[in-house]
Amino acid sequence: MKKTFKGIYLAIIILFLYMPIVTLMVLSFNEGKTMNAWVGFSLKWYKEMFENRIIMEALTNTLTIAFWAATVATIVGVTACIGLNAMKEKHRSVFMGLNNIPLLNADIVTGISLMLSFLLFGISLNYGTVLFAHITFCIPYVILSVMPKFRQLENHTYEAALDLGASPAYAFFKVVLPDIMPGIISGFLLSFTMSVDDFVITHFTRGVGINTISTLIYSQVRVGIRPTLYALSTIIFVAVLIVLIIVNVISNKKEETRHEKN
Amino acid sequence: MSKKIFSGPFLLFIICGTIVPLGVITFYGITDRSGAFTLENITAITTGEHMEALLLALGLALISTVICLVIAFPLGLILKDSKLGKKGFMVFIFILPMWMNFLLRTMAWQVLLERNGIINQVLGLIGLPDLNIINTPTAVVLGMVYDYLPFMILPIYNALIKIDKNVIEAAYDLGAGYRQVLQKIIIPLSVPGIVSGVTMVFVPSLTTFAVSNMLGGGKVNLIGNIIEQEFTASSNWNLGAGLSLVMMIFIVISMAFIEKFDRNGEGNII
Amino acid sequence: MKKIKAVVLILIMAMSLTLLTGCGGKKSEGENGTLYVYCFGDYFDPELQQDFEEATGYKLIVDLFDTNEEMYPVVKNNTADYDVICASDYMIEKLLSEDLLAEINYDNVPNADNVMDNVKPFMEEFDPGMKHSLPHTWGTYGIMYNKTMVNGAIDSWNVLWDEQYKDQIVMPNSMREGYMIAAKKLGYSMNTTDEGELSAMTDALIEQKPLAYSFANDSAREIMIGDSAAMAVITSGEVIYSKEYNENLEFVIPKEGTEVWTDCWAIPKTAKNKEGAEAWINFMLSKEVAETNFEYLTYAIPNKEIADLIDEPVLNPPEDVLAKCETLRNLGSDVDAVYSKYWKKYKAD
Repeated sequence: MKKTFKGIYLAIIILFLYMPIVTLMVLSFNEGKTMNAWVGFSLKWYKEMFENRIIMEALTNTLTIAFWAATVATIVGVTACIGLNAMKEKHRSVFMGLNNIPLLNADIVTGISLMLSFLLFGISLNYGTVLFAHITFCIPYVILSVMPKFRQLENHTYEAALDLGASPAYAFFKVVLPDIMPGIISGFLLSFTMSVDDFVITHFTRGVGINTISTLIYSQVRVGIRPTLYALSTIIFVAVLIVLIIVNVISNKKEETRHEKN
Repeated sequence: MSKKIFSGPFLLFIICGTIVPLGVITFYGITDRSGAFTLENITAITTGEHMEALLLALGLALISTVICLVIAFPLGLILKDSKLGKKGFMVFIFILPMWMNFLLRTMAWQVLLERNGIINQVLGLIGLPDLNIINTPTAVVLGMVYDYLPFMILPIYNALIKIDKNVIEAAYDLGAGYRQVLQKIIIPLSVPGIVSGVTMVFVPSLTTFAVSNMLGGGKVNLIGNIIEQEFTASSNWNLGAGLSLVMMIFIVISMAFIEKFDRNGEGNII
Repeated sequence: MKKIKAVVLILIMAMSLTLLTGCGGKKSEGENGTLYVYCFGDYFDPELQQDFEEATGYKLIVDLFDTNEEMYPVVKNNTADYDVICASDYMIEKLLSEDLLAEINYDNVPNADNVMDNVKPFMEEFDPGMKHSLPHTWGTYGIMYNKTMVNGAIDSWNVLWDEQYKDQIVMPNSMREGYMIAAKKLGYSMNTTDEGELSAMTDALIEQKPLAYSFANDSAREIMIGDSAAMAVITSGEVIYSKEYNENLEFVIPKEGTEVWTDCWAIPKTAKNKEGAEAWINFMLSKEVAETNFEYLTYAIPNKEIADLIDEPVLNPPEDVLAKCETLRNLGSDVDAVYSKYWKKYKAD
């Protein structure tokens, strides 16, 4: 009884989360350009997508920017948590407050203020400025994911490791890191996803010739978004899903073999 | 050597990526178009339209946050208890929707919720009354919950799986009921995750303008819409910046909130 | 295990990235250099990109934006050097007033002769002598309605105030277009700077507000195609597209007159490749390209050579209709602030 209830609860939430996504996926096969009338099944948007140079370049840009932004933000965010935890409560809360500013600010404010700051220092906008901006707004997500893990850490295991002669670095990698790993993974994934999703900040900090998927989608709002972009989103979505399934299968197998050995 | 030094790179990003732009915004916020000092852009928040939009935004953001919490906490418990070996996978299922672009997802809701949209057509087919929430604050709340729910699920789940099973078992052995375990152990121990989640949902809900524009049909006017309008259509960056500065007050408030709950809830966890 | 999972995940992502960047290929330089175009998204047929490169020997880089207001700070602060931009009427005027646009050398743009005569008076208003801009697309605002959902003739802005259409009307969600409707209804100029008139227009809009189903710009056509509202204020560019998917839709330019909008090509003063920019404008104004773009966009293109191709009368309105139309002017930031003050009052009411 309880189990069925749990199952229903999960199913409802998953339905809620995936209903719009399934809608878009279906629409990417619509022969018509509109979202409100089904004209017929067609793969023409997929064909058009692969032939479109701008879309392919945007895809590459989006993924490389997101990858580097998330990687740097994760490293900076995790080291920041180590440092912040060594600080006095009072100082820490000041930094945590500053950390929340990029989250709180309306995107357009962050975007324009970053652009003006770059100009102030005579930095011309290019790939690097976009990357910098993305790292800046990704760090808070990493810190917010990792910080709770740090605060739940049992400090004495780390100290015990030190007492037993481990170097601080060794103790960190062997004792602390495994415990905070779930936080790091979700921080990285959140950063990656937020970077892929961002439009406004990218728009104001990019230089010439740098389009991302989001800037493409937003730029078409006025004339109506071409379903090529639904097709692109569908492909990305399915690709991510497949990667997750593969990763899951691999790690499950590893877990099984470990259990067998035991 | 102090561990504080590890926050060095972070400080660098905070200074270049947050404090300097904040300075630029402050400069715009306290000057008028000609560059002369003024506080008008900040006191503008007290005028009728601005205050109304701010209060509405606060109200809707609060409701969305509560709904997200109410949905996410039991979900976290279910995921934590599930015997499935696919725990991690189940969690990814909840971030996965964010891989569909934000604008496209919200537009899809529009198609679903429109008066003659997909949901109402399906309801009509099975003889149920129409669902007329598009272009109302209810639809905006739905959009906010949809878009920001993953931000609540992740930190809560992360906090929950960290709770030591032995502590919970010990409590049961000592005769505690499920209710008591929940109240005395699980909830207090997941407070850091809850606080993190609340911040991550409340804050973006408060400043959004895209959701209210698309699902509110332009009828739900939030402070985010006003700030956006000042930066775009009326191109009064000074007023936009001034109002954004006022929004910073809410960082201070949310920080105070986090502080309070950390002290009360954490107890012996440092 | 989590650790292994993370490592695997990162490895897979890294691998897919290297693969992708590898496929991206090296960007080759055009034999005559590179041309940077800054344009509204999806505003010309992407196949033309290659045609242009082959015809002129320039390598083309296209960046996109959604609204004039997103484009403005980029051009104003010269954060990126674009050679040619696309912008709407009032924005051209604003850029001109700040001396940000270069004069076009008409010797390099022989196809400028193809520009239709009836668009010129409107262009003269914001760019006297048409020295700095040439049109890409143009259109009017009007009322799109669903034949099956209205009673009687729809021919006036007053229908938007008709109680029987309560909760059936999609109004524009942009400030100046909202005031344009009120101005035309009350017989004012849509570029009025008189605060008394502005206040009267706001009152009229507030009176209309309870009748609105929603306020939307771009999604209005989708609401109409989906039969979710009886009428919407929309630009003529959406007519062909909307009719294709819903045969009950009709479009009318109200008898009180309306706004004529023009989206133009212009060259920023900071352009590094002005000749290339002129070659681009000339290319866009040629007969074949205008034809391709019209078929791709279904927006009216003011090109004499393809006038007979546009068989939808509202896309090419007759003289007497145009005589009652106005173009949106840049009123300066002080007047904009007053408009914004009243608009916020209207939205908050």
